[in-house]
Amino acid sequence: MAHDVHAHVRSQTEYEYKRRRSANEMRGHVTTFAIMIFLTLIAFTMVYAGFSAYFVVPIILLLAAVQVILQLYYFMHMSHKGHETAQLFLYSGVIVAFITILTMITIVWW
Amino acid sequence: MDLNTKYTPQSWPDHPENTTLEGKNKFTGFWLFLGGETVTFASLFATYLALKNKGPSGMEFTTQDLFELPLVFIMTMLLLTSSLTSVYAMYHMKNYNFKAMQAWLMVTVILGLAFLGFEIYEFNHYVHLGFTFGQSAFSSAFFILVGTHGAHVVVGLGWIILLMVRNAKRGLNLYNAPKFYLASLYWHFIDVVWVFIFTVVYLMGVVG
Amino acid sequence: MSSIAQKKGFGATLWDYLTTVDHKKIAILYLITGGLFFVIGGIEAMVIRIQLAQPDSDFVSAGLFNQMITMHGTTMIFLAAMPLLLGFMNAVMPLQIGARDVAFPFLNSLGFWLFFFGGIFLNLSWFMGGAPDAGWTSYASLALASPGHGIDFYTLGLLISGFGTLIGGINFLVTIINMRAPGMTYMRMPLFTWTTFVASALILFAFPPLTVGMVFMMVDRMFDGNFFDHTMGGNTIIWEHLFWIFGHPEVYILILPAFGIFSEIFATFSRKRLFGYSAMVFATVLIGFLGFMVWAHHMFTVGLGPTANAIFSVATMAIAVPTGVKIFNWLLTIWGGSIKFTVAMIYAVAFIPTFTAGGVTGIMLASAPLDYQLHDSYFVVAHFHYVIVGGVVLGLLAGLHYYWPLMFNTMLSEALGKWTFWLFFIGFHLTFFIQHFLGLLGMPRRVFTFGANQGWDLYNLISSIGAIGMALGVAVLVVNIIRTIVKNEKVGRDPWGDGRTLEWAVPQPVPFYNFKQTPLVRGLDTFWIEKQEGNKEGMTYAEPVGDIHMPNNSFIPVVISFGLFVAAFGALYNGEQPWAVPVLILGLVITFGAMIVRSLKDDHGYHVHKEDLMDEKGGKH
Repeated sequence: MAHDVHAHVRSQTEYEYKRRRSANEMRGHVTTFAIMIFLTLIAFTMVYAGFSAYFVVPIILLLAAVQVILQLYYFMHMSHKGHETAQLFLYSGVIVAFITILTMITIVWW
Repeated sequence: MDLNTKYTPQSWPDHPENTTLEGKNKFTGFWLFLGGETVTFASLFATYLALKNKGPSGMEFTTQDLFELPLVFIMTMLLLTSSLTSVYAMYHMKNYNFKAMQAWLMVTVILGLAFLGFEIYEFNHYVHLGFTFGQSAFSSAFFILVGTHGAHVVVGLGWIILLMVRNAKRGLNLYNAPKFYLASLYWHFIDVVWVFIFTVVYLMGVVG
Repeated sequence: MSSIAQKKGFGATLWDYLTTVDHKKIAILYLITGGLFFVIGGIEAMVIRIQLAQPDSDFVSAGLFNQMITMHGTTMIFLAAMPLLLGFMNAVMPLQIGARDVAFPFLNSLGFWLFFFGGIFLNLSWFMGGAPDAGWTSYASLALASPGHGIDFYTLGLLISGFGTLIGGINFLVTIINMRAPGMTYMRMPLFTWTTFVASALILFAFPPLTVGMVFMMVDRMFDGNFFDHTMGGNTIIWEHLFWIFGHPEVYILILPAFGIFSEIFATFSRKRLFGYSAMVFATVLIGFLGFMVWAHHMFTVGLGPTANAIFSVATMAIAVPTGVKIFNWLLTIWGGSIKFTVAMIYAVAFIPTFTAGGVTGIMLASAPLDYQLHDSYFVVAHFHYVIVGGVVLGLLAGLHYYWPLMFNTMLSEALGKWTFWLFFIGFHLTFFIQHFLGLLGMPRRVFTFGANQGWDLYNLISSIGAIGMALGVAVLVVNIIRTIVKNEKVGRDPWGDGRTLEWAVPQPVPFYNFKQTPLVRGLDTFWIEKQEGNKEGMTYAEPVGDIHMPNNSFIPVVISFGLFVAAFGALYNGEQPWAVPVLILGLVITFGAMIVRSLKDDHGYHVHKEDLMDEKGGKH
């Protein structure tokens, strides 16, 4: 807070490089989006096709997991530097989440 | 941080969301909050799974005959697309293109509102069928889980709209850039939760 | 705006505290409120012990007794122990890591006021038709059947104060992650900062399940929900799981900061570096991790099946290992040290055997077959009072004596402090040691009375006599505090003479900006290092004097919290009073309105200028 941010003015080349790099990244995001749509389509189609639940459920869960990882690492930039803390705490949350869900589907005493 | 500093696309920092200490704190704090939110939703999912299709004796509603996949598919597409549009918004934020960012945020908001409209329609439909909040343990768990997600959508929309209105005249600076960034993170997280909702609640519900 | 010099009127001081975002003042608020609730919880405990002093007693009715035990547990855990620890964290942690403030000063204040209004709401139940009476665990089958509004006060009050705690936890985490002074690496952080860090992480992950459970309970009782009602397909075990997924980490949220306080005290008054620092850090993190894997040991008798019981039994016993590491490290810190028996140190030394006793009974209870025998008996009551009073409360009392000079620039009387210690310590063992045997003799917990001649009469009487000792100890402490405030003798910087960590290097009274220049940390126990090298100032600086950015005070946290307080009354009387829903909406409008005002109004804080800093007394030349 006390430290002022010193603006670094880019040279034209640096600027163009930055623009190009982020444009590239944006193209990557659009690809990610296409993959996510595709995964969603597969999931819905499989359910429509009426395969056995033992076959469908693990696969759609896997597809969901892949989609979430794409969302986290690309859309939410968790693959970028400076996200170590974010990862630590998100994964800790995921562990607690996992054991909570595991508990409720195994030991709730039906 | 001097807020009167006028930036140009050339001088706008690479990571405006965490260039200032304030921004960095918000950034870290928000990710931690999302870690906590993960556990919140896990508790709701866990309860839903334990109470799925459970109700008073003679319960007439099950996931199989309740859920309609076409509706869920449209909602999923809307929310997924809104996630992409908010990525576009942040792309323009990082390029210091305020107008384009506002435009993409606007698209995000419209998609979000459409999603919300469908969700309200869906809930309303269920209530008309007699599947009310108090009908059974299953209905309570369903409405609380999906409703909490819906409440997050409402909060996210309110947040983004508030930011857009508040900053409409003054454009981007290092004070509001972190706020826009966090709102978009929140929006993505809403999408993450929805991915699990459409998979675990709807698809797995229909599969049985 | 020079620090303390001007004398302010009562109104101005009150307004200052209502709007403050300064972590040191918020610490004082936590201390006062937490202390008040500690006394209230203590009075409830005394009522319990008076009722149980003799068989067939009718000092209180059965219903009132249930309310007493419920409120005693709830108050002590949520409204006394946690806030007091949060108070110490606020007071000490930013100074220990060389930060000018916490990461989110506004949220820090919001966290306090949410806790405050939640606590007040919960305690208003006494005057509004009866307090909650289903035990502090409020198991669903019992709680759903509880008439009146007691349980509603419990869920709503804990929801509000829980949000406050969660906000506090995130705030401390971010502060520690982002705002450490240059050179303050993770492995140079004082143990109290480390334990604050781990406890805050536990808060972050443990409070969401509690919040979810409270919401379920709330909708079940007030809004037609069916989560726990088995006739509607609900499942009462869900509550138990959610409660204990929160509840067990909660125990570590309480004990870890107490461990931190003791670690600082042992090192300071043994005048030795803490033995096995890195092992201590590792043990702290490990306890935090394992703390999430053991909650079902509270539910052995529910009938989760032998596999689940075995897993949780083993995991529970595993926690003894890192805890043992800590105990031995403390002993080895004392060993060969040049020990100074201040009151704080006496508490610390007394803590080791007391807490170990509680830990040993913990291992006994961790064994599922034995737990079937001991479950819900006074043995359990004795066990958790040994760890919570023997660990947390002794830690709080030790911390109060140890950090008092840091917070108030005066010193509590050591003589009176020793009186408190002996009264409290002897009283405590008299009260609770005998309860182990009451449990083994079969006395169940939470009974409001017992018949004569079952062999319980004398033991219960002894236990009640012990409780008087504890009450007298606390009374002496109150006298001590009042005397210290009235005498108001300033003690200055590093009053113990052996301060090791950065907080003792700060000039007294602590300037509102904490550090005129950000310190450069050169090692573990940085103040000790500077003192050894003859540095009179006690700090090496990382930067020249410059403008300091400070946050503005704000009244909005009070308004946000008050809105929820109002809304809670609306929810409570939903479906009973015509005004309920309007009040609910009004409260939410206040809260969200205040939040919108907060986000629309830019708050950039202000700068303390370099010239003003130079002018002040003791300035760097």
